[in-house]
Amino acid sequence: MSELKLPSIDYAALAPILIMLGAALVGVLVEAFVPRRLRNGVQLALALLAVLAAIAMVILNSDDRLITAGGAIAVDGPTLFLQGAILVLAAMALLLVGERAVERGGAFVAHAAVTAESPEDRRQAEGVGGATEVYPLMTFAIGGMLIFVAANDLLTMFISLEVFSLPLYLLCALARRRRLLSQEAAMKYFLLGAYASAFFLFGVALIYGFTSGIPGRGAGVDFATVHAAVGQSSSSQVLLFAGMALLAIGLLFKAAAAPFHVWTPDVYQGAPTPVTGFMAACTKVAAFGALLRVFHVAFAGASWDFTPVLGVVAVLTMLVGAVLAVTQTDIKRLLAYSSIANAGYLLVGVLAPTKSGLSGTMFYLAAYGFSVLAAFAVVTLVRDADGEATHLSRWAGLGRRSPFFAAVFTFILLAFAGIPLTSGFTSKFAVFGPALEANQAWLVIAGVLTSMVLAFPYLRVVVMMWLSEPGESTPTVAVPGALTSAALVIGVLATLVLGVVPGPLLDLTTGAAEFVR
Amino acid sequence: MSNFPFLSVLTVAPLVGALVVALLPRSRPDLAKLVAFGWSLLVLVLSVVMWFAFSAGGDRFQFRESYPWIPNWGVRFTFEVDGIALVMLMLIAILVPLVILASWHDAESSKRSVPVYFALLLVLECTMIGVFAAADVFLFYVFFEVMLVPMYFLIGSYGGHQRQYAAVKFFLYSLVGGLFMLAAVIGLWVVGGKTFDWQALSQAEFATNTARWLFLGFFIAFAIKAPFFPFHTWLPDAGGAAPAGAAALLVGVLDKVGTFGILRYCLPLFPEASRWFAPWALALGVIGIIYAALLAVGQNDLKRLVSYTSIAHFGFIGVGIFAFTTQAGTGAVLYMLNHGLATGLLFLVVGMLIARRGSALISDFGGAGKLVPVLAGVLFFAGLASLALPGTAPFVSEFLVLIGTFTVNKPVAVIATLGIILAAAYVLWMVQRTTQGTLNPALTEVEGMRRDLTLREKVVVAPLIALIVLLGFYPKPVTDVINPAVQATMQDVGKSDPAPEVGSVQEASK
Repeated sequence: MSELKLPSIDYAALAPILIMLGAALVGVLVEAFVPRRLRNGVQLALALLAVLAAIAMVILNSDDRLITAGGAIAVDGPTLFLQGAILVLAAMALLLVGERAVERGGAFVAHAAVTAESPEDRRQAEGVGGATEVYPLMTFAIGGMLIFVAANDLLTMFISLEVFSLPLYLLCALARRRRLLSQEAAMKYFLLGAYASAFFLFGVALIYGFTSGIPGRGAGVDFATVHAAVGQSSSSQVLLFAGMALLAIGLLFKAAAAPFHVWTPDVYQGAPTPVTGFMAACTKVAAFGALLRVFHVAFAGASWDFTPVLGVVAVLTMLVGAVLAVTQTDIKRLLAYSSIANAGYLLVGVLAPTKSGLSGTMFYLAAYGFSVLAAFAVVTLVRDADGEATHLSRWAGLGRRSPFFAAVFTFILLAFAGIPLTSGFTSKFAVFGPALEANQAWLVIAGVLTSMVLAFPYLRVVVMMWLSEPGESTPTVAVPGALTSAALVIGVLATLVLGVVPGPLLDLTTGAAEFVR
Repeated sequence: MSNFPFLSVLTVAPLVGALVVALLPRSRPDLAKLVAFGWSLLVLVLSVVMWFAFSAGGDRFQFRESYPWIPNWGVRFTFEVDGIALVMLMLIAILVPLVILASWHDAESSKRSVPVYFALLLVLECTMIGVFAAADVFLFYVFFEVMLVPMYFLIGSYGGHQRQYAAVKFFLYSLVGGLFMLAAVIGLWVVGGKTFDWQALSQAEFATNTARWLFLGFFIAFAIKAPFFPFHTWLPDAGGAAPAGAAALLVGVLDKVGTFGILRYCLPLFPEASRWFAPWALALGVIGIIYAALLAVGQNDLKRLVSYTSIAHFGFIGVGIFAFTTQAGTGAVLYMLNHGLATGLLFLVVGMLIARRGSALISDFGGAGKLVPVLAGVLFFAGLASLALPGTAPFVSEFLVLIGTFTVNKPVAVIATLGIILAAAYVLWMVQRTTQGTLNPALTEVEGMRRDLTLREKVVVAPLIALIVLLGFYPKPVTDVINPAVQATMQDVGKSDPAPEVGSVQEASK
């Protein structure tokens, strides 16, 4: 046995992660010591400052290509780009979380422990300021995601998976309105998420067993060892395949790919809308970041084995998302199914194991995140006396009532439908092109066919908003506060700019598209 | 003068105009109309200047401009036109001011913003010009898809009966075609060496099977757009529901993007696949001619009837393109222009009738000629032009298509000729039931039917009638521009005209 050596740690490279986790701890202290009336402002400022500081560190580190913390963390192009994307999108989500002008007290319940529908609950629904614990929870989740996309071994990946999942389960339960729906969503998410984590952990164990068969090298779950084991291990291939499948289940669950998607519509519908936006944007980036690293780094040697299976999953995901989106009558569920279909398109990018495929997938992740957050920002604004009016029939004639927001939402929907001059088109191009190059024409054809199906539900919403007459029950659009406006403007501008001049971001993703091994 | 960046200016100018018009206050609709009309006239003047700057015997492509756009994918803003595109640009520039003038009061009945209607027309003009001027496949695709958005709102917001259904059907059909094309565009980019430049791609060689698949992707998109049988079912709905002005642009120009796309992209880029698919395309064309004409005979809705006549005419254009002779090809391109003029006129006149009567049903008319003789006369003329009476412009093109086809494929030419007879049937019967015969007593009670053509309406129809007659007797200025481009296209396909025999009809076409 060799003596115990302390691993070298590059604190600068880890700074974004440390900043976010540190801010989360400070946030807990703020909860304990700052008077209630100041908490919301202090917490929001703290969280936003931490995100901005972390973004600054990501930019400062942008040339880093290293593995640190004893091989647990890889800071390379994809890590830095995805961390940057998560942080920027998280900042937008935080703006939505912090909004208190649209609804008195914000979108979150004040005391989650109060029984729903009880007299006390009705009292607090009247406008008691929402719980400020959401900010440390968000910051923990962001910190976990930052580790998740940087994790260079399977155990670190598992721990960070838990670090960002647990706060999300809680956040889902904290809606101010329709609390039972929200709690149900959180419960479903938690139970299914726990299963998925267990699958992941079991997969890690099997892979560990598989790596023990490498001649002249110890077993391990870091990606370099797994990579070596794929080619050389004398252990049974069954361990590899079963382990890979279980890992994939854990990750595809987070990515909301079929057939592991069933939680998505319920959770997206029940969770407070800012949290839904956060999940749709940031969780997706984190989950696909991890998928990319696991399959392009650790299991690169087994690509012949996993590509057909993941291809089937991708096609299934696109189909399920597109076909079921057609039947939806609730805008949040519709966006949930659209997010499932988009997971399918992203998987097409994952299955193009080239530099351009990696670059395209990262471009897609960032572009989609901006659009989807803007979409949910609009959803928070369309409301009536009972809170958000999410049933589609209620959106009829919105174009007459509030042409500006209807136009914004139409633009975002056209982006989702992949009309040119929006980021939805450029990002589809960015993943389909490399997939064709990688001889995955069938995935591209499936993608194109499902895009046709998916255009219908989007178009139906546009028809609802513009071509239907406003009814008695057409809700009004609340005047957004400065925070929601800022998030909306960022999201819409990004959707437009990435559609018209995608060059700069493509340069960035192309430059970042290389893993360190 | 030819150094002037005609094409980019022409593309951008209507967009700027649209922004100006859209920003005008909703309370001043007349100002918006005037600005939109003035702007479209400006575009027309510029187009006329460009027409004269184009040297008919010069290079195949002229006015090339190229600016970088997305360097990572090799996408550039590349514009250039050949004779075919030039003719289509002229058609757009002529039709848009007339349509704006004809739609002067169309938007008022809809309770929607009037300035926005005219702004949408100008946006549509921008995308239509862009789609014909683009010489970068990606840029072409962008215009091809974006074109749907203004048309969707024109039909959906300002249309008549069943406008929502028609707008969605139109959008979805076109989008489906567009997405097939997207797959083909990406495929073309991958196998063509990561470039979208038309010139570079037309030099590239593709494997036979790849080329056939790519051809099919493009062809389906264009066949839906044109539309060819059996992809045509959206057009009668869209044409029937759209406001008359928008319908004139839809059928007159938008649909030509399909046939233009086949000529510019399918044939030169995939010559072998074009020859391989030609029999199928010819069959679709012939079926379209007969089938749509039969349906047109049975229509009771004026706008739907005109839409079906268009589908029949597109059958002729399709036959002309896939016959692969210079005559038929020239005829097809000329047909694209003439059909735009004649059917555009027919749609506008029918729109004027419908606006007066408040109904599009033929059975609601009858003997209208006694009340509005001038309007009835113009309708009759437009009908005759659209059935290709000798002396009107469409006759020249239809004749060219038929003789060009006859030299290489007699059965197709013979069956297509039957379409002429059917055309006479649907046009004359329609004219008879609406304007001739005994006066429908209900008509006299309609206020609008007592008003014959106003000055504004006369100004709308006069230039179109003049052009139809002029080009009917003297098509040479246009054929001179078209001919070299068509010849070059046929060379790309690798087909040469059959050698003239004794007694050949070659000279008859001149």
